Amino acid sequence: MKILVPIKRVVDYNVKVRPLSDNSNVDLNNVKMSVNPFCEIAVEEAVRLKESGQASEVVVVTVGGDESQEQLRACLALGADRAILAQSEGLLEPLAIAKVLTKIVESENPNLIILGKQAIDGDNNQTGQMLASMLDMPQATFASELKIEGDNALVTREIDGGLQTINVTLPAVVTTDLRLNEPRYASLPNIMQAKKKELSIQNVSDLGIDVSNRTSILSVELPPTREAGVMVDSVDELVEKLKNEAKVIT
Amino acid sequence: MSILVVAEHDNSEIKGSTLNTVTAASEIGGDVSILVAGSESSSVAEQAAKISGISSVIHVDDPIYKNFLAEDLGNLVVSVADGFNYILAPATTFGKNFLPRVAAKLDVQQISDIISVEDADTFKRPIYAGSCIATVKSTDSVKVITVRTTAFDASPMVDSSVNVDLGAVVDSLNNSKFVSDEIAESDRPELTAADVIVSGGRALGSSENFKIIEALADKLGAAVGASRAAVDAGYVPNDYQVGQTGKIVAPSLYIAIGISGAIQHLAGMKDSKVIVAINKDEDAPIFQVADYGLVGDLFEAVPELTDSV
Repeated sequence: MKILVPIKRVVDYNVKVRPLSDNSNVDLNNVKMSVNPFCEIAVEEAVRLKESGQASEVVVVTVGGDESQEQLRACLALGADRAILAQSEGLLEPLAIAKVLTKIVESENPNLIILGKQAIDGDNNQTGQMLASMLDMPQATFASELKIEGDNALVTREIDGGLQTINVTLPAVVTTDLRLNEPRYASLPNIMQAKKKELSIQNVSDLGIDVSNRTSILSVELPPTREAGVMVDSVDELVEKLKNEAKVIT
Repeated sequence: MSILVVAEHDNSEIKGSTLNTVTAASEIGGDVSILVAGSESSSVAEQAAKISGISSVIHVDDPIYKNFLAEDLGNLVVSVADGFNYILAPATTFGKNFLPRVAAKLDVQQISDIISVEDADTFKRPIYAGSCIATVKSTDSVKVITVRTTAFDASPMVDSSVNVDLGAVVDSLNNSKFVSDEIAESDRPELTAADVIVSGGRALGSSENFKIIEALADKLGAAVGASRAAVDAGYVPNDYQVGQTGKIVAPSLYIAIGISGAIQHLAGMKDSKVIVAINKDEDAPIFQVADYGLVGDLFEAVPELTDSV
């Protein structure tokens, strides 16, 4: 079984992102970039399937600029076998990314595609579902448990009321939620070894697909800030304020 | 303008998220139709017909829609999409699951999680866990949109009903099957619909200790929430999680207990009307968004609070 794991380079989750001074976009100058946390979980799950003998090859792919090689190498250090960079000019939207990934899937023919449920930059939560739709594949989003059973995958999903388990026919698209696994840290020998693994580059403009943006960002602003509150000294004072000042309890 | 809202329901009752989504549709302006797809769901179609601000209901009833599997629901929405300028669904796990499939089939870049309608093409939405708000303009001729339910009031129900038209079933791809679900049964209000929420964090230390949170919640008639840390530690089930990747809530009163206030948690609750924080660390970031802060030992303060409300 071959597994394809699409990943994304994003601002590190510890960075507090702010708008540019002209409010034209977010300020990404000199901020730390990392592999999207949900993508790390996807890589980890694929590598575990390989380690348990259920998968034969794990291929990571990203759609982005040359600098994304850094994140592909990070995934190779976590245990992926080889990497593909679909090189694009500028940041593509989820629809265009899904179209590019469709082309990669057509040439790689994976049995399973695992990717993060959302990237923590745009918070769109779209790419996996769009990819599945374009390929007419079944999908299992927000996965917290994944079991391969022959030609099927049994997936437990985190939904609003609790958990749901579905059985999808492979090939299928699975998107990861937080509790699917806890990703490992790359060891130094694995980081060194990752430098020797195959990383191939394709140009998105050679794929013959329309990747033009369909939306434009008119402005990016800070959200309205909350007025600073007050500190209370006791539970009694808190209850008094909630009853008489905020009037939210009776 | 012609707008289609895909209803979220459980085959017996329409969910509040649908009512919020109808309000967003009304703000765009135009004829609003609701699609109710389900199994043995005629009571839902009847309720949908009484939502204020809508002009028609399309009801498609078949066992294949019983569990709202994304493949079948997505293809159904595509089949009825012709003639609509907008297709809306709530940004809940229901809507997030299937709507991007519709957008892909229609070759549209979906706008996720809108918090306001600026004009017919322009919407505001949070990015980077709500650290920033982007104003986004869409050039697609059909707009496919998920709606952040806490950002829009619920559309009221009225006595009169609009017509319910029956729609046609689309053959199932049969590549995904429902196996089972574990839906938490609780007498407490649903987290996303609750007027008061009491949330606990890692400082609770165990699921046993979480009972003091539940006791306070029950005294206030509140829902119980949790931070990611508390869910990851196994104190409470995953559907309690409030935050960037959990539930987005905006109750009248949110009481955060033993929660430090990581930005990912704040993203899910900072639009609450009144926020109370109880934490032993006076430097915890949660105090920067709290209207009322109490520095102290939660194991003393919470039972005392439960006794005094």
